[in-house]
Amino acid sequence: MIQGLQCRECARPAQVGAVHVCEFCFGPLEVVYDRERQRRTVSRASIEAGPATLWRYADLLPVLPGDAPRVDLGAGFTPLVRAPRLGAALGLRDLWLKNDTLNPTNSFKDRVVSVALSAARRLGITTAACASTGNLAQSVAAHAAGAGMDSCVLIPADLEEAKIMATAVYGTRLVAVEGNYDDVNRLCGEIAGEHGWGFVNVNLRPYYAEGSKTIGFEIAEQLGWALPDHVVAPMASGSMLVKIDKAFRELVDLGLVDEASWTVSGAQAAGCNPIAAAYKTGAGTIRPVKPDTVAKSLAIGDPADGYYALDVLARTGGAAEDVTDAEIAEAMTLLARTEGVLAETAGGVTVAVLAKLAAAGRIDPDGRTVAVISGHGLKTLPVLRGQAGPTHTIAPSYDAFVEALALSAAEPALS
Amino acid sequence: MTATIRIPTPLRTATAGASVVEVQADTVGDALAALEQAHPGVAERLLDGDGNLRRFVNVFVDDEDVRFAQGLATPVRAGSTVSIIPAVAGG
Repeated sequence: MIQGLQCRECARPAQVGAVHVCEFCFGPLEVVYDRERQRRTVSRASIEAGPATLWRYADLLPVLPGDAPRVDLGAGFTPLVRAPRLGAALGLRDLWLKNDTLNPTNSFKDRVVSVALSAARRLGITTAACASTGNLAQSVAAHAAGAGMDSCVLIPADLEEAKIMATAVYGTRLVAVEGNYDDVNRLCGEIAGEHGWGFVNVNLRPYYAEGSKTIGFEIAEQLGWALPDHVVAPMASGSMLVKIDKAFRELVDLGLVDEASWTVSGAQAAGCNPIAAAYKTGAGTIRPVKPDTVAKSLAIGDPADGYYALDVLARTGGAAEDVTDAEIAEAMTLLARTEGVLAETAGGVTVAVLAKLAAAGRIDPDGRTVAVISGHGLKTLPVLRGQAGPTHTIAPSYDAFVEALALSAAEPALS
Repeated sequence: MTATIRIPTPLRTATAGASVVEVQADTVGDALAALEQAHPGVAERLLDGDGNLRRFVNVFVDDEDVRFAQGLATPVRAGSTVSIIPAVAGG
C-alpha cells in the first residue's frame, strides 16, 4: 500500500528505491501510503487475525511489491505489562512497560531491521549493512544470517564486549572503526550507494524508520485499542520517539482508536544529550556533542531526527530530560528489583528520566503512562559491576548459611 | 589553497556526476562558493535563504564537523579534504 517516497522538508517526490535523502535539499525521504486503501481494508479484526509479530501491521508498513519472502525472526508483539511497584516508587498510579527486551536479538532494533531487510530483498539487495551503536549490529547480523544474506556491520571500536561478541557470532563482516558512532555513521554515509549494499539506517532508512511505528501500534492494541496518556521513550537519533507519535496519529486517522490527546517525552544520557539540551534551552537548533556516556546505544552526538523529535515534544506537550551515568545504573537496578525486568543502559536512561519527570510534576500521576524498555540488560552488565554480586559468601555448611542470613532457628519449616 | 571537495551521491546530479571537485579556497564558505562557480546550482541545495548550511547538510574539514569549528568560516588548508555529507542517517 505504498505509493512512493517524499521529502519531509521540501515535499519533492522520489521513487521507491535504496535512497534516503532528497536529491534537492538533503531532507529525509518518507514513505507515502495509499491512505484511502488502508482506510478501506485495515480494521482491528484484520490486524488481530495476523501473526503475533510486528507483521500483523503489514498493511501499515512499507511492504514493497515482489515475491521475495520477508526477513523475519519473529520480532515484535512484545509484552506490554503493568508496573505497579515501579509506579509506586515513582508516584505513578498507572504505569506500564513496553518490554522490547524480548525481541529475537533482545532489542527494539529487530523491528526496524525486519522491515528494512524485507524491503531490501524486494529491491534486489543481497548484502545487508549498517552503522551501529551495538544493538543494530546484532540485529542486522542475525537477520541477515537467518535470511541467507551477506552482511557487513560497522561499529565504534569501543563498544561493549557483549555486543561485539553477540554480533560476530552470526558470521558477519564486523568492522570496528576507531572513532565514535558519528564517525562510523559518517563513513557509512560515504560508503552507502557505492557498493549496492543495503545500509538499513542509511539508504534504507525510509523503510527502516517505519518499523518503529509498530511499538506505538502494539501499545494501542495491547491497551485494548486505546492510546495512553503519556509515553516516555529513549532518544538516540530521535527516530523511535517520532515514529511512536506517528503511529498514534495514523491509528486515529484510520479510525482504529478514538481521538485522544497524548504526550510523548524523550530520555537521553547527560553524556550525550543534544536533543534534551535543545529542548531545555529552547534553542531552535541542535548542537552536536561528542558522546561520553555508559549508555552507548544512545550515544549519537548528531541525531538525524533531532529536529523532528523536538517537534513532537512541542506538539504533544512532552518534555525531554537527561540523566547521569550513576542515575542510569541506579534506575536499571530499581527496574530489575521492582518489576523483574533487566534492561540495558538505555532502559536505565528511560526509567531515570521517567523518575525525574514524575518528580518534577511533568507526568500526571493518575494518567496512564508507558515507558519503552528498548534493550536487554545482559548486553550491558559491566555497568552494574560493584552493585550486583553475591550478597553473602559462605562455607558449604548449614550453620554457615543460617548464620550468614541471620535466620532464626524458630522459623517454621515448610510442611 | 587547493582543497578537495568530496561530493555525496545525491549531489552528483548537480556536479555532472563528479564525486570529487578541486577548488581554491581559504575557508569552507569560499570552497562552497568556488564549487558553485564550477557547478552552478549546487549552492541553493546546500545553503538556505540566509546563506547558512541547511540543517540536513553536514560539512567536514579533514574529518572535523565544521559545526564544532567555525562553521562556514572554518579555515581550509592546502590539501584539505572538505566532505559534504547528508545528515539524515543513522540511529
